[in-house]
Amino acid sequence: MQNQHTTGSIAEKPVSIIYRWLGDRIFLTVVVALGLSIILLAGAMAWVLTGESGMALKEFGVIGFLTGTTWDPGVQFRFGALPFIAGTLITSVLALAIAFYPAVAVAIFIAEYAPRWLGYIIENLVHLIAAVPSVVIGIWGIFVFAPWMRDTFYFPLYEWAANHQPSLLPVLGSPIGYGMATAIIILALMIIPFTTALTRDAIRQVPKEQREAARALGATKWEMIRMAVIPYSRGGIMAGAILSFGRAIGETMAVAMLIGNNNNFPFSVMGPAATMPSVIVNEFREAVGNLHLSSLMAIGLVLFVISLIVNLIAAYVTRKLSITGGQSI
Amino acid sequence: MKAITLFFVAGIMAVSFFGCGGGEGSRNGAETRSERSSGRIDILGAGASFPAPLITAMADEYRGVTNNRVTVNYQSIGSGGGIRQFVEQTIMFGMTEAFLSDEVMKDVESSTGGRAFNMPITLADVVATYNLPGIDKGLVFSADVLVDIYMGRITRWNDSAIADLNPGKNLPSLPITVVHRSDGSGTTNIWTSYFSRVSDEWRERVGFGTSVSWPVGIGGNGNEGVAGAVMNTPGAIGYNSLSYALLNDMAFGSVVNASGNIIEPSFEATTEAANIELPDDTRILFTNTPAEYGYPIAGFAWMLVYENLDNNNAISNRRQAEELVRFLIWSITEGQELSESLGYARLPGAAVERNIAMIGEVKWEGEMIGKELLQVVL
Repeated sequence: MQNQHTTGSIAEKPVSIIYRWLGDRIFLTVVVALGLSIILLAGAMAWVLTGESGMALKEFGVIGFLTGTTWDPGVQFRFGALPFIAGTLITSVLALAIAFYPAVAVAIFIAEYAPRWLGYIIENLVHLIAAVPSVVIGIWGIFVFAPWMRDTFYFPLYEWAANHQPSLLPVLGSPIGYGMATAIIILALMIIPFTTALTRDAIRQVPKEQREAARALGATKWEMIRMAVIPYSRGGIMAGAILSFGRAIGETMAVAMLIGNNNNFPFSVMGPAATMPSVIVNEFREAVGNLHLSSLMAIGLVLFVISLIVNLIAAYVTRKLSITGGQSI
Repeated sequence: MKAITLFFVAGIMAVSFFGCGGGEGSRNGAETRSERSSGRIDILGAGASFPAPLITAMADEYRGVTNNRVTVNYQSIGSGGGIRQFVEQTIMFGMTEAFLSDEVMKDVESSTGGRAFNMPITLADVVATYNLPGIDKGLVFSADVLVDIYMGRITRWNDSAIADLNPGKNLPSLPITVVHRSDGSGTTNIWTSYFSRVSDEWRERVGFGTSVSWPVGIGGNGNEGVAGAVMNTPGAIGYNSLSYALLNDMAFGSVVNASGNIIEPSFEATTEAANIELPDDTRILFTNTPAEYGYPIAGFAWMLVYENLDNNNAISNRRQAEELVRFLIWSITEGQELSESLGYARLPGAAVERNIAMIGEVKWEGEMIGKELLQVVL
């Protein structure tokens, strides 16, 4: 009744043409143009990367490039992407594995347990970590974190291995502080805010009725979270984790500063390694040879494709795992 | 909130993609800038980042010298970018720490009907920086010792090879942590070209270039990355440009040169290293210099200019060409005064001589404008 009254009173006023149909048309055009421009932009990036990487892919073959382990711009001019693909996937997967449970726990605490003021403070601090530029995290890593890790963990571990289990030494690698392990921990730190924020949003979207129903069945608070809240929000949580994974894959500066940048495959646990973004940021500026440049572009293309796949998986998982199984209610 | 966070994630991912394509931003800058040449002239150059502070200071100084008439706009985009933009003729001069290859020289000759000149503009020197508790200066290295360290064969500081060069120094039994540049850089080019000169094995296994496949060690990003890793790791050895090491109070070693003299790095020793018999086109790496008192790990940074300036699409009229030549002459003569205060070594007489000979051959539509201007200015 109320609604009808309101609509009626608007219709009675004389309205200019822009509010009738022209406005809609203009808005539609603008929105469609903007939407298409995103698609075009992604297409243009793929086009340029494919074109520029053609020389390297022709020289080594797609499979040869993807599985090649030599990266030698000095003598042989052979370029293979496997060390960097492996470095990227290992660091990202492990960083996510380290970050996932703490991040979900923080999100549950903020959303369900913490008093409002405390939750507010924690939330803002988490956002603050996300806002710190990665180059700043990298500098902190070089001067504070890596030396501390070296003195506290790597050196004692290395010495223990040298005395008791010498066979472990090649696996552990040199305990300098700048290497794979440090990069993984820093990456985990950097993606925690993203997983936390997305998980908390997913938890907040759980309808009140779900919680009340669980409570009405006699569930304790933890049982309610376990049986009603998490199953309902698992799609959002998984999507958040996968998007954080995508962020870890693309993270460049902090990783390049801390991973030690060594192209010799295979890598060791504490020793220096390299990732796809780190080799691009390191070598692109001063790459003089055409084949070298083209190989770097090809690595960019691989990175593009991997990120695309990760995003598609995220979209699929969100749909599949949501409580309605992708059907709208 | 969710939307904002998602947007943030998307933005960061987008930035990491765009990062790959950088360095070509100013493709059409030269044309648009040069159109409005009503009295004022813009000279556009781009290239290596190592000489960028010097060129920027020269540009400031030169604007004062010409009463704001000539502005030199230098973009530090790296040697690779400098060479590419020079060949694509989007800039008036390029700047590089690796001279043009024969292949590129030939391409330029067939596309413009004239040569590409590589003119030395300043010198780069690379010193071995180290972190040894108790020994903050005066360590001596030889070519063989440095190569063996970077090959991973000498792994402790009290190795007899190092001890023999440093009698009386109390070398600790620390493991050596090798640090190198991870980003492509002219510094690496000079460092590895020195190793390739003194060791056949290095030349065949690793070679030289702005990036190489290092046998051992960790990579630091930029001068600051190497310095950070060296200063934070007891027992580390790395390499930095001399000016950076001086500025940050880092310990660096002297090197035994080809004539058997122990040379302490200094701007004079670097200048001395280049004061040798140079080829006419100055395309030479003089690491391991034959100069008796020259510091052996040094090299030129070159300015790239076409012989036939009228065939460079970035230069649209004769006035621009003349101002470019004037700037070239100024930068190798009076401009050199700025060197020491900024941490660069001065060009030696031999290089200035070669530069003047090359400038003398610069042409505009067949006219020898280089020769004319040299007579007017000098």
